[in-house]
Amino acid sequence: MGESMSIGLAHYLGVAAILFTIGVFGIFLNRKNVIVILMSVELMLLAVNINLVAFSAHLGDLMGQVFALLVLTVAAAEAAIGLAILVVYFRNRGSIAVDEIDSLKG
Amino acid sequence: MSIWNTFLPALPEMALAVMSMALLMLGVFFRKRASDIVNTLALLALAVTAVLVLMTGQQGAIFAFGGTFVVDSLARVMKLLILFATALAIIMSVGFMKAERIERFEYPVLMLLSALGMMAMVSAHGLIALYLGLELQSLALYVLAAMNRESVRSSEAGLKYFVLGALASGLILYGASLVYGFAGTTGFSGIAQALKGGAHLGVITGIVFILAGLAFKISAVPFHMWTPDVYEGAPTPVTAFFAAAPKLAAMAVLMRILYEAFPDAAEAWRQVVAFMAVASALLGAFAGLVQRNIKRLLAYSSIGHMGIALVGLAAGGMEGLRATMLYLVIYLLLTVGAFAVVIAMRREERAVEEIEDFAGLASTNPGMAFTLAAMMFALMGIPPLAGFFAKYFAFVAALKANMVALAVIIVLASAVSAFYYLRVIKVMYMDEPKGAVAEMPFELKLVSALSVVFALGMVFWPQPVMQLAQAAIRSLL
Repeated sequence: MGESMSIGLAHYLGVAAILFTIGVFGIFLNRKNVIVILMSVELMLLAVNINLVAFSAHLGDLMGQVFALLVLTVAAAEAAIGLAILVVYFRNRGSIAVDEIDSLKG
Repeated sequence: MSIWNTFLPALPEMALAVMSMALLMLGVFFRKRASDIVNTLALLALAVTAVLVLMTGQQGAIFAFGGTFVVDSLARVMKLLILFATALAIIMSVGFMKAERIERFEYPVLMLLSALGMMAMVSAHGLIALYLGLELQSLALYVLAAMNRESVRSSEAGLKYFVLGALASGLILYGASLVYGFAGTTGFSGIAQALKGGAHLGVITGIVFILAGLAFKISAVPFHMWTPDVYEGAPTPVTAFFAAAPKLAAMAVLMRILYEAFPDAAEAWRQVVAFMAVASALLGAFAGLVQRNIKRLLAYSSIGHMGIALVGLAAGGMEGLRATMLYLVIYLLLTVGAFAVVIAMRREERAVEEIEDFAGLASTNPGMAFTLAAMMFALMGIPPLAGFFAKYFAFVAALKANMVALAVIIVLASAVSAFYYLRVIKVMYMDEPKGAVAEMPFELKLVSALSVVFALGMVFWPQPVMQLAQAAIRSLL
């Protein structure tokens, strides 16, 4: 196995960048369902965590892993609040299709 | 060092956190009529926190928690302004929430929690503390936007704000992870140290992501799309709160991160900030022209004003930063005054918010019409009023920094936006009355009187505001 075969920092950063991009596109291109948007947000945050942990291992500095743990915690709170708002919206509107969210427009 | 010394700088935050949780308990125990008690005690809690802010260290910067938390002049002034804006928002909400039958004790508690998040944010001296403060204020704000659970518009505003806010947090985090990785630390002073020898491309990318995320929070173009929808859908007092406190906090964070963590990457971010300033000022001016709803109009107005405030940040130096700070203080008081009138606009037990609904307000409710007209003239920047000084100093700062194009844009945007401010005044003073609106409640009279006195009086006694702005930026220079 040569040096070129080992998985280094760049590979982790690459995966994280791809996941992050998929997450961002998931938010903007998806026209169907708000739940998919919540999943895309989650994907973005996980991409950030991969970044943080990879950097942390690479730098030999624990701060990145502490940051990743805090991000996980906040992501849970964020998902809870997002779903709660979504439930309130569904009760009023009877639908969570993205292209029907249009009662506010100027 | 004793443990007391470590925690002392964060005493106001800790006290506010404990008090808001105590209020939550109180609200649950008092079920009936809890909202009145909790409202009053929330104001008291804000006052106590403000006293603690004034007491914790009078001069210099104090660090805590291993350098991730700082109390300096910027943090102190911004915290007092945030507490003041939150108190005004709670005062303005009481009557409206009762009339709409959505008064709940959770509402002031959520305001306190978001104020707590903002305070943590302006004191953050590292990326982790910054993120945690930002999330605490955002999570509370999402819920506040959706406060009117029965209304489609309010819950839709909450949903939109949540989705775009979560995206913004994701961008900030991704930027933070890149900056951490390439600078090797999360502390602001450490980052500044690492960038001394020139910034790596990875750091520059990270800065751009962080800037984009913060641009969402201050609703600067190109990340402004949520603003009009959320302003229109959220209950009006919540909109007033959105327009005031979070903008201040996010702008302070932007100042701190650009001038304390990335001062050596200034060539990289200066262009981005200048672009956001120009685009926001122009979009705020032109898109406002076609609005029919007063809350949407004020949303575009706030986008435009944030653009001009960013001019000072792009210009930099003492002049530029002071101009931005001055702009924030003046904008806070003017926008609160304008919203006080919008909150009071109720006809036949219903809130009305179209601009046509203001027709002939001058003959039916002259006090309200005068207040709103004063606010509109001041926001426009007519010379003796407060808004003029804000724009003037931003203009001078841009000229001093040799950014003539930015200075021209300020004047152009102000001239264009004058059209829609004048239209509101014309509708109020020259159109046929549409019937009287309800008498303005006492607390709104109080707030609007404060704003009118400030707007008209600043020309006679500008020193306090100038000194406040000067004091705030002292720690950045």
